[in-house]
Amino acid sequence: MEPGEIHALLGENGAGKSTLMNVLYGLYQPDEGEILVDGKPLKLKGPSDAIGAGIGMVHQHFMLVPVFTVAENIMLGAEQVRGGIAGFLDRRRARREVTEVSERYNLRVDPDAVIEDLPVGIQQRVEIVKALTRDVDLLILDEPTAVLTPQETEELLTVMRSLKAAGKSIVFITHKLGEVKAIADRITVIRRGKTVGTASPEASRDELAALMVGRNVRLTVDKTPATPGEPVLEVAGLVVDDDRQIRAVDGVDLTVRAGEVLGVAGVQGNGQTELIEAVMGLRPVLAGTISLAGDRIDGWKPKKVLRAGVGYVPEDRSVDGLVKEFSVAENLVLDIYDRPPFGAGLALKPDAIAASAKERIEQFDVRTSSADAAVGTLSGGNQQKVIVARELSRPLKLLIAAQPTRGVDVGSIEFIHSQIIHERDIGTAVMVVSSELDEVIGLADRIAVMYRGRIIGIVGPDTPREEIGLLMAGISPDAAQERNTDAVPGDGPATDGGPASDPGSASEDEA
Amino acid sequence: MSTMAVPDIAVAPVDEGFWTRSRKVGLTLLALGLLSAVLFGALATDQQARFTLSDDAAGAALEINGTIGAILFGIITIAAGAALLAGVPKRWFLPVLGVGLVAFVLSFLCWQVSAAPAGQNFMPLVNIIRGTFILALPLIFGALAGVLCERSGVVNVAIEGQLLMGAFSGALFGSISGSVWVGLVAAAIGGAFISLLLAVFAIRYLVDQVVMGIVLNLLAVGVTGFLYERLMQTDAAKYNSAPRFSNWEIPLLKDIPVLGPALFRGNIFLYLGLLLVLVIHIGLFRTRWGLRTRSVGEHPIAADTLGVKVLRVRYRNVLLAGVVAGIGGASYTLALYSFTKNMIGGKGFIALAALIFGRWNPTGALLAALFFGFADQLATYLGAINSVIPSQFLAMLPYLATILAVAGLVGRVRAPAADGKPYIKG
Repeated sequence: MEPGEIHALLGENGAGKSTLMNVLYGLYQPDEGEILVDGKPLKLKGPSDAIGAGIGMVHQHFMLVPVFTVAENIMLGAEQVRGGIAGFLDRRRARREVTEVSERYNLRVDPDAVIEDLPVGIQQRVEIVKALTRDVDLLILDEPTAVLTPQETEELLTVMRSLKAAGKSIVFITHKLGEVKAIADRITVIRRGKTVGTASPEASRDELAALMVGRNVRLTVDKTPATPGEPVLEVAGLVVDDDRQIRAVDGVDLTVRAGEVLGVAGVQGNGQTELIEAVMGLRPVLAGTISLAGDRIDGWKPKKVLRAGVGYVPEDRSVDGLVKEFSVAENLVLDIYDRPPFGAGLALKPDAIAASAKERIEQFDVRTSSADAAVGTLSGGNQQKVIVARELSRPLKLLIAAQPTRGVDVGSIEFIHSQIIHERDIGTAVMVVSSELDEVIGLADRIAVMYRGRIIGIVGPDTPREEIGLLMAGISPDAAQERNTDAVPGDGPATDGGPASDPGSASEDEA
Repeated sequence: MSTMAVPDIAVAPVDEGFWTRSRKVGLTLLALGLLSAVLFGALATDQQARFTLSDDAAGAALEINGTIGAILFGIITIAAGAALLAGVPKRWFLPVLGVGLVAFVLSFLCWQVSAAPAGQNFMPLVNIIRGTFILALPLIFGALAGVLCERSGVVNVAIEGQLLMGAFSGALFGSISGSVWVGLVAAAIGGAFISLLLAVFAIRYLVDQVVMGIVLNLLAVGVTGFLYERLMQTDAAKYNSAPRFSNWEIPLLKDIPVLGPALFRGNIFLYLGLLLVLVIHIGLFRTRWGLRTRSVGEHPIAADTLGVKVLRVRYRNVLLAGVVAGIGGASYTLALYSFTKNMIGGKGFIALAALIFGRWNPTGALLAALFFGFADQLATYLGAINSVIPSQFLAMLPYLATILAVAGLVGRVRAPAADGKPYIKG
């Protein structure tokens, strides 16, 4: 690393990027080898040694105490105290320090705000300020853009540039090629714990991706134009609350037709989660209706919804999608363990479960040591494939995939995307919810943008990213709205409207 | 009026929009007020209800006609309930609620005191306050031990065992040495011993902390019970006759009316307990130690990445908790009684309730402990004046109140996020 350099560390999930950086930050001990700082070997017994050596780290999952204020989080571990051994906190000084650093680097934060009230982008800013107050020369950013909106990502890149200008070195860990190309001075690619190459930012996306994965990957999703059929999922006037009884979905209308992918874009926390949970029967519907192929399904239990032919890839696989301690084979039949051939009466049929597991592990390219391995021991991408394999093994009318490739390596992303498109092509209605705009654009035939619990616009997949970005931020210029109406396929079965309007006009005649 | 209130209650849970927590509490308070004004008012007699301010019954007293008092205080409760029902600013919620509840208790007392047998129509406030504090004392120490432990992320169900071991060691070593101070130190070490076991098994060997706590309580009962029978009962003069701390009068403060004789002529444990509440409260929220303790209890990984030694902080706090609880146990054997088998009798668990009721906050825990102590003292008093209310029922009240309070009044109680979760590095 050179001073004032942005060095990107690129690699698939599970390639060893984060582990390497945790060693560098003193959290893990190296088994072999050494770290050199200014030519001298450095022994790190813990994070405090690393901080002492001028190394700071912003972790992928923020290391902030949610109930503390910004100032408290920043001073923790390096408290300014007075009063001798009593160690009273010097809050005023801490606050001043925060303000100073945040002004110097143009990272505005309120020292008295409580972390849990702050949006994710600001929390990340607090993390950066925290590292800067410790006078670090080298800042490690571990997947910093995973949780940010496109606009917040832009801001972060600006911040990184200004830090670089101030002479700080930055290690930028990511698997997103676009960001690397936009900001890095030097790129090191890691695969399976080994450095497989260095590249300059001028290298093409395809070259970088090939280095990461070890083979050529397609970055765009290949698909033919959709041939939408009958409406499968119809949501009208849906109102749903979140866990805190605050309105999360506020009057959503949408339709997903057979053989098309409806992408739902939006910054996280704008009601997408609650929308799909309501459809799945996981969350009470306060108003409005949900229909599946003409049947009202609101108020149904999740099991009934699943049995009616709905596949569900939940957004957080470790919480909702899998039982981590269960084996791969068991996780593959979680939805139908009580049905033949896997279950009969009170008993399970282990042979049938094992046989089907073997088949599906092969079919879906799940990399696992055996079907009996606990699913929690698999990499993120392979865990996700287990879920996809389970959900796509039933005959489906509707597939709901939420963040289907979050925290998943490039190779698996490609595979999962192709499975989703395949499902569309055999006539399933598909709804993909993702905060990854590229993913939505790549997969969707129509894109619905959610903002504050409403669908703020529905646009075609060839709409410019900037326009969708504006919609995600809640700005819907008239121009965009006009475009929406054009983009919605107006060629649906118009006959449906005909008979319905007839009695209406008849009664008018009578009146 | 009461018939009108009934449908209101039935409607309450349906419409979430209007029936906020504050309004529901207001409605409950309104009902309580009606109950006290009507029922207590009707049952109270025309005797003067006297609340005496000095040690003897004949001295200065606050007095009020029983019937009038019961109705008057009932009306105050109704007013407080109505205010909450009408909607008050958020910061007024707790004060208004407090006024309403205190008035309800006073209305109840007006009835009870006025209906007492002739010649006993008085309530000695000094005794009541002093008794409240004495009964609350083990709870205060116990709850503080809980605060110290749980704020750093270790669940402390072993408070009962720590109190008991403290009481036992204090009695044993105090008796052998003949010194209260030796007894006090021994009590602290005894409590810390139980804590050490908790710390080693919970932090090092990752044993489930609740299970470990329960086991330690049983261990403490067993060990002290065994030694009590083998040592103390065979030679009580040698092993179970610890000297006691005498009462210390604090100059100036002891002359404050009512509070002076009630609080400032007490023993070292009373002063120490109140001082510890203050020290731990300031320590927790104003010092480096407190910031680190709370960070370890909320988000140990974050603390670790900033160089805070998570396990060391936990060991230290759990041991400190044992010291505090041990001293609390000694407040029995080095001030009030000689040691008897299982003499803590569940107070450690009530301390745990006080901890939760007080929202893991030293001052909150103090108030909760005093609430329990007052209820205890009240039960004793009502027994003494031959109240129509069975004393067992009164003894049950504080726990009933805890359940209701934790569910409704205090709002959602939030424990430290990492409470009970072992920290495994890497």
